Amino acid sequence: MSTLHTVNKSPFEKNSLADCLGYAKEGSAVLMYEDGVYGAMKGNAVAEKVAAASGVKFYALGPDLKARGISEEKLAEGIEVVDYAGFVNLAVENDKVSAWV
Amino acid sequence: MKFAIQVNEGPYQHQATDSAYQFAKAALDAGHEIMRVFFYHDGVNNGTNLTTPPQDDRNIVNRWSELGKAHDLDLVVCVAAAQRRGIVDEGEMQRNGKDAQNIADGFRISGLGQLIEAGIQSERLVVFGD
Repeated sequence: MSTLHTVNKSPFEKNSLADCLGYAKEGSAVLMYEDGVYGAMKGNAVAEKVAAASGVKFYALGPDLKARGISEEKLAEGIEVVDYAGFVNLAVENDKVSAWV
Repeated sequence: MKFAIQVNEGPYQHQATDSAYQFAKAALDAGHEIMRVFFYHDGVNNGTNLTTPPQDDRNIVNRWSELGKAHDLDLVVCVAAAQRRGIVDEGEMQRNGKDAQNIADGFRISGLGQLIEAGIQSERLVVFGD
């Protein structure tokens, strides 16, 4: 039973990314979108936590990265960029969607 | 796949309704079904026909109405949230003695049961909010 966790808050505004990582089981996916994409950047205060989440696959929404001036070279390793069609596919591929709003 | 979407935020204040719209559009483009979009809390403000955004800005309300019309979507506004925020259809106008209605094209006002039903009948319920 895999879950797609969606995180739309900056990790510097709310703890939703950290809360989500506490619940995300191996084999699940985390999609960062809206201000949540700040959690996908390398070298920031949450990067270690994201890197330490073993067995969890991370995605960031491309249009929201672009809207915030975050280019792909600023992303942490292992983050896959998806578009809205990719967001839909993640919702299909996982058994349920849990929104950490 | 059969999707349901929940929108908890109003237009122009937070990105939630924009994200929900783009998600809905992408899902429909991919051939999926959206059995209901449920507007809850401040999300009911997506269903007023009284907005007039500047011409060079996106018209969030009309965009939902047009998507709803094109794909025969069930756009449901929560009645209790709507009453609090002044979103009124013909029935609510008469029931509550109001002198106007403002529900946008393609939206309907109904109860929270519609959200529960959407959660049960859809294969994925995707929530957008703040």
